[in-house]
Amino acid sequence: MSKNNGFITQLKNGIFDNNPTLIQLLGLCPALAITTSLSNAIGMGVATTAVLICSNILISLLRKFIPSKVRIYTFVIIISGLVTAAEMLMKSFFFDLYTSLGLFVPLIAVNCIILEGADSFASKNKVITSAIDGLSMGLGFTVALIAVSIIRELLGTGTILGFSVFGASYRPAILFTLPAGAFLTLGLIAAVVQKARYAKEDREKSKGREEERV
Amino acid sequence: MISLSFSQTLMLMFSAIIVENLIFSKLYGASPFIKVSETPITALGMGIVTSVAITLSSALTWIVYHLILEPLGLEHLKTMAFILVIVALVQLLEMLLRRFTPSLYSSLRTYTPFIATNCAVLGCALLNIQNNYNFIRSVCYGFAASIGFTLAIVIFAGVRARIEFATPPRAFKEFPLTLIAAALLAMAFSGFSGIKL
Repeated sequence: MSKNNGFITQLKNGIFDNNPTLIQLLGLCPALAITTSLSNAIGMGVATTAVLICSNILISLLRKFIPSKVRIYTFVIIISGLVTAAEMLMKSFFFDLYTSLGLFVPLIAVNCIILEGADSFASKNKVITSAIDGLSMGLGFTVALIAVSIIRELLGTGTILGFSVFGASYRPAILFTLPAGAFLTLGLIAAVVQKARYAKEDREKSKGREEERV
Repeated sequence: MISLSFSQTLMLMFSAIIVENLIFSKLYGASPFIKVSETPITALGMGIVTSVAITLSSALTWIVYHLILEPLGLEHLKTMAFILVIVALVQLLEMLLRRFTPSLYSSLRTYTPFIATNCAVLGCALLNIQNNYNFIRSVCYGFAASIGFTLAIVIFAGVRARIEFATPPRAFKEFPLTLIAAALLAMAFSGFSGIKL
């Protein structure tokens, strides 16, 4: 039972409390660049999550053998090998997605979320917890990508996953498909997240005060 | 080998600096751009180090790809090979910085590991291969793109210095406001996209 609870807390930690993109500000590059459509965001999220889980497992298995002086380089090499595999798989099975993500598929290799997960988590923890950490961070990243891309696709082209939402009379706000729209959307989402965090903190503080009074 | 005239190369470079600015039109290297909060002078130092890394890695990765990977038929391993080259190069640069400019090194020390994981460095190397540039053009493109990167982070460091004194609503403090300022700057840069060269 407690193990099950731990899994859920870890998952919740990655998606909400410690979201890698919206709170730790990692992996902003892909979050800004490929979020022009929801399908791109889902593809990128899934690919990154898969690489993240595999790299966490591998690095956690090898953690006792990697000398700490060259650990970052070892991690980078392991990660880039996995990304190459992901790139080839994507090229042969999801060619449309591969072409629309373009160079951002190989650039998964330099996504800070993966390196950060490897360095601060997988190199210190057991295999299973590392794999779960990879899953939760990957899902958190995917959620952030989906949030940004829904707004950008809806306003920028008036569609969701290619289906028209507002009808033919809708004139899309092209700004949202441009890089400026990416910064703007992510900024507004980050503001909402920050607002929610502050509200939660305030609630906890006032609760604490009430308890003191009692 | 040089199928490109001087003026064409200049045009390519101008468009890489302004029109297709690495950060504002391609969004490569947006992470360090948003996260590194520094004075314009330190931003310039960081920009120069990154520029050297991008220019040299453009040259080295071209050599690795066309003289090693292509003859052996190992093109699919380019991501891995390029990352190795970049990591080694950044490590070398770090050693040189520590040896010759200790003051700059100490102010940039926390950021130097990020240069290797900067999308812009690997991104430029991969773009050169994707666009099938020759050696001279790759180096020119890498150099110009990195000047664009430096320009963007120096301008943004200035903007950030002004934001420090602003008193936004609490929800917008720091990160969200930074992103929105970046959005405004990106809009300004998108004004250049009408220029076709």
